[in-house]
Amino acid sequence: MAATPPEQRIWWNEPIERVELVWIFIAFLWGLFMFCFMIAWHFIGQQNLSKEAYRIVPSAYEQKVEKFAKQFQVREEQGIPVVKPKPGEDVYLLARLWQWWPVLELEKGQSYRIHLSSIDWMHGFSLQPTNINISVYPGYEHIISLTPTESGQFGIVCNEFCGIGHHTMTGKIYVTDKKQAEAGQRLAEQR
Amino acid sequence: MTAETVIGAVGRQAEFRTCQYTGLKVDAGAQALIKANAVAAVVFLAIGGLMGLLVALTRWPAVHLLPADWFYLILTGHGANVLLFWIIFFEIAVLYFASAVLLNCRLATPKLAWLGFVLMVVGALMTNVTVLQGDSSVMFTSYPPMQAKPNFYLGLVLFAVGALIGCGIFFATLVIAKEEGTYEGSMPLVTFGALTAAIIAVFTIASGAIILVPAWLWSLGLISDLDPLMYKVVWWAMGHSSQQINVSAHVSLWYLTGALLVGAKPLSEKVSRTAFLMYILFLQLASAHHLLAEPGLDASWKIVNTSYMMYLAVMGSMIHGLTVPGSIEAAQRRNGFNRGVFEWLRKAPWGHPAFAGMFLSLIFFGFIGGISGVVLGTEQLNVLMHNTIYVPGHFHGTVVAGTTLAFMGATYLVLPLIFQREIIWPKLAKIQPYLFGVGAAGISLFMMGAGTLGVARRHWDITFTDANLSFAYSAGAFLMMGLNGIFAVIAALGGITYVLVVVGTVLFGEKIKGGHKLTFPLHSGGGATASHYGSEGTIKLPGTIILVAIFFVCFVLYYFINWKYLSELWLFR
Ligand code: HEM
Ligand SMILES: [Cu+2]
Ligand SMILES: [Cu+2]
Repeated sequence: MAATPPEQRIWWNEPIERVELVWIFIAFLWGLFMFCFMIAWHFIGQQNLSKEAYRIVPSAYEQKVEKFAKQFQVREEQGIPVVKPKPGEDVYLLARLWQWWPVLELEKGQSYRIHLSSIDWMHGFSLQPTNINISVYPGYEHIISLTPTESGQFGIVCNEFCGIGHHTMTGKIYVTDKKQAEAGQRLAEQR
Repeated sequence: MTAETVIGAVGRQAEFRTCQYTGLKVDAGAQALIKANAVAAVVFLAIGGLMGLLVALTRWPAVHLLPADWFYLILTGHGANVLLFWIIFFEIAVLYFASAVLLNCRLATPKLAWLGFVLMVVGALMTNVTVLQGDSSVMFTSYPPMQAKPNFYLGLVLFAVGALIGCGIFFATLVIAKEEGTYEGSMPLVTFGALTAAIIAVFTIASGAIILVPAWLWSLGLISDLDPLMYKVVWWAMGHSSQQINVSAHVSLWYLTGALLVGAKPLSEKVSRTAFLMYILFLQLASAHHLLAEPGLDASWKIVNTSYMMYLAVMGSMIHGLTVPGSIEAAQRRNGFNRGVFEWLRKAPWGHPAFAGMFLSLIFFGFIGGISGVVLGTEQLNVLMHNTIYVPGHFHGTVVAGTTLAFMGATYLVLPLIFQREIIWPKLAKIQPYLFGVGAAGISLFMMGAGTLGVARRHWDITFTDANLSFAYSAGAFLMMGLNGIFAVIAALGGITYVLVVVGTVLFGEKIKGGHKLTFPLHSGGGATASHYGSEGTIKLPGTIILVAIFFVCFVLYYFINWKYLSELWLFR
């Protein structure tokens, strides 16, 4: 019994049962496969979290975001600037108690360098309903190259507990189709 | 100086009784300590479980019970009470049982053990009181820069010191047993499993001290700054390895229950022991899988440390996943249930709550907690559910449907054998593991479902009523949270039943005297017919092979479904 000392004093010389051996072998191979698959995804997959990150003083980051917002602001929503950066550009998103700032407008199929950082507590960047979830820290500026693959309106939720207003911390990203975007531009020019 | 004097146990005359059901010699000092720790465990489970129900009812959109500040407060209390206090008190009881009782030995220095117990109680109360006073709703993870009151951390530190003393007593008892020759040959497998748990516990508590003591000083204003990323790395060196303690402890109890209820013996000692050893050796470094969505950590660091090349700790669990049901099948076939592939399983003692708890725990831990854990801990897949309610879904599969259910099952052995009381209300006791098991499995699955649809964890309002920019989760997400609420009620009923049966039995259960026949009997001497080498030698195990094959197919399918889901996300590099 498992509750009593082994029947054989020299238990380590007992032969191993075949079922056990086969299962150990399968478990081993499966583990090895899963290990390799993570590596492989860096070559075959399009979703890998970047490790590019810099230490930054929170107030310095805040200034960068404000400058960026001023430069590319196209309109306002609920008192928050809606910012439309050029494709391929650096985009700055700020997490703070309790909002994601500013609202972004991106183009489908274009890649952006999105900077993420917090100026107070830890927050959780949770892009919905797409379901991309990344931790955001104060003092660390994390940069990911993001390419939206669908157009529409997307929410950013905070999913790292950040105090009593945590459940009010939201943000927004608009993604426009290229054609739609051009049409909008023409319209604006005509006016 | 002999080891005796070092341990300080000179001259203690232990009083022993002999258990009429197992023939084990039980030290009265050990018995009293096991009782005290088990009772404390159940008290904190009752408090923490109630808090869990309140949390789940608040997260049920149609009910939305608590106001926001209370929700975050109670959620902090829930995590601390169940994950730390309930589980660790029970584990200390398991350590004393697996050393003193299983080895027929006296417990080393019961006085010191009582000191440890008192420290744990004081610490647990201190943290609870601090949480309830408000201003410390930082969640049990307490990530800076969010700060709790000093006593929050101090309570946890005291609790950890007490637990460390408990581990020390366990080691000392092993030494005494060896010196006094209270058992022959190697220690039993269950004790070996407990030893794994205790070794990991020492590592865990050391990491805890490294991080909680500075956090305490920081909240006192003696340290000015804690780097949040560094904190999280060290915190999870404690937080993750403590889960490895739980696994070692509950797997030990699986083996124990199999042994006592159907006369199971390990298929091969070597394999089962090696599997335990793997838990120690491959405890993931700094628990990298909690840091997969953090800035600045290198992909190769993440990959190597989540898997140590091939998921060797997972492999340990997969091995137990075969050898535990395998040893039960072998024993049942020896017991005469040899017809067909599954007679051994159908005719297993399902009416015995210890067996029901153990077997359900085995199934749920593997299928729900285990599979979801590997998926969640995969470098890229983590981005799909990091910090969503999928995470609590996963660990309610491991630590509630797995560990807690296993501990509940084991309680039905502890009550008659250690408390020496006949279980009161056997009908309630019989359904209890099923009720709690179904509830716990339900909340795990539905939280996982909601998380897959994006719902955030630790979140008071998924309708975002007060948010400046509106957002709405899908209707499916709301449905999942509602179902979670319903199953939370079922789990709570199971939990309440458990507490009632335990308290009723301890206070009013019939005292067990010589010659008493147990309502829920143990197995009588099936081990005698065991063959010499691993039990399989003469017996085939088709049932177990089928169970394990089903498990493996589910695992592989679920793994690839998630990769498919990942491949449909926006692109990011
Ligand atoms: C009646 C039984 C239980 C119910 C209904 C329940 C329900 C819940 C719910 C709904 C959450 C909140 C998820 C969130 O909002 O993020 C939660 C969190 C949690 N539960 Fe439970 N639970 C139960 C028992 C347990 C047990 C027995 C344990 C441990 C052994 C446990 C450990 C935890 C932990 C560690 C958390 C995370 C707290 C945090 O995020 O800080 N629960 N539980
Ligand atoms: Cu936040
Ligand atoms: Cu938050």
